[in-house]
Amino acid sequence: MNQQNTTFEQNMKRLEVIVRAMERGDVPLEESLKLFLEGTELVKKCSQLLDDAQMEVTKVLAGANGEPVEEELHYADI
Amino acid sequence: MKQALTITQVSEYLRSMMDNDGLLCSIAVKGEISNYKIYPSGHHYFTLKDENAALKCVMFKGNSFRLKFRPDNGMKVIALGKISVYPRDGAYQLYCSAMVLDGLGDLHAAFEQLKAKLAAQGLFDREHKQKIPEYPGVIGIVTSSAGAAIHDMLRILKKRYPLTKVRLFPVRVQGSEAPGEIVSAIAYANRYALADVLIVGRGGGSLEDLWAFNDEYVAHAIYNSKIPVISAVGHEPDVTISDYVADLRAATPSNAAELAVPDKEAIAQTLDSYFAAMASGMERQIKSARERLSIVSQSQNLCNPGSYIAKKRRDISAMQQLLVANHKNLLQLKRNRFVQLTASLDAMSPLKVLSRGYAMVLDDAGDVIRSVKTLKEEDAISVQFNDGCASAQIIRIKENSI
Repeated sequence: MNQQNTTFEQNMKRLEVIVRAMERGDVPLEESLKLFLEGTELVKKCSQLLDDAQMEVTKVLAGANGEPVEEELHYADI
Repeated sequence: MKQALTITQVSEYLRSMMDNDGLLCSIAVKGEISNYKIYPSGHHYFTLKDENAALKCVMFKGNSFRLKFRPDNGMKVIALGKISVYPRDGAYQLYCSAMVLDGLGDLHAAFEQLKAKLAAQGLFDREHKQKIPEYPGVIGIVTSSAGAAIHDMLRILKKRYPLTKVRLFPVRVQGSEAPGEIVSAIAYANRYALADVLIVGRGGGSLEDLWAFNDEYVAHAIYNSKIPVISAVGHEPDVTISDYVADLRAATPSNAAELAVPDKEAIAQTLDSYFAAMASGMERQIKSARERLSIVSQSQNLCNPGSYIAKKRRDISAMQQLLVANHKNLLQLKRNRFVQLTASLDAMSPLKVLSRGYAMVLDDAGDVIRSVKTLKEEDAISVQFNDGCASAQIIRIKENSI
């Protein structure tokens, strides 16, 4: 429904897994390094997503056949 | 000619007449409040009026403590007390001992009745409450498109978590049409799965204004919603049936916006701590690998001067370099955020000191260096000025000799 949010949520969940594994310290060194690199990438991506996000606001009305029709809203219109 | 009376005598006569009058000595008067004032003495003074007449009223401090609401101009009330003379002004007034809101007795009774009925049907059961998603992709708001409530919510949602999307389901929130529209909007959002969480509510108002949220059908619509519902009706003390049945009750619409999404600043902090945890995990592992290697190299040094150990060493060094490079990269990111933060800090901040020509010396991790003792020659440092930062390397260290 909202790709940027889905991506963000997946990244955060993956990060949690990585951080937990690295805190446990039971992963072989080479594997750890891979996790670390992946994790840093994810931290950057998540920060970037948060910084770049533009909140979308729409108004939902029922169309002719009852199906939802969305209309973009600007704050001034509300 | 009749004997002339003093003003005091007239006043006393009227007072005794009124005080002995069966109606005036214990009366209930209904009207609209105007000129409500609380004096420093703690006594309340106001006027009750209707279209044609006005009645001055006073409520003494002791009685005012027992009021169940805060009286205000324009409210319709029933005031109880006695009407008597106030000799100094030559006026009669109501000495009010108690006051209730007019016309609300019925509403209160209806509220309690419905609350008991729905509680018995299990609509408020804790086991039925759904969890609010941690990172909602779409927030559906069922409220009026006019009014302060939607503005407040959008402002807060945008500030806290702009990754979300907001879908507004405009409805009337008061009047006889309101409950039907609210019910339809909740059902509609569910039928087309249009949101991950719904905020249902409105801004503050009188008990009558909020009445749509005490409607039985609205209560069932919230209960039947597959999408978790946060109720957001009125101000803090207002409690409605919707609040009881919702998955989460917010005190106000603004509060609902806060409860619906995580906070960007808190996430940024979490990300920082994740990175710190990963980095220290990595450093721990590299350190222990180094130690293992040095043990191995000592025991095998003589008989096997071969390339295996040298290769391992190179591997570990490469890892460490990667670690440092990543660290720096991320530090830049953090620093940008830091600069933004300093820009927004007010004049009280110690960071303001930087603008007076001082600078702050930070280590690799972005922590402040307070002593030369923690430094080594060739250490990389960064110097934080008011308007930016400079990277530097330590050339020589000289401690103060005291």
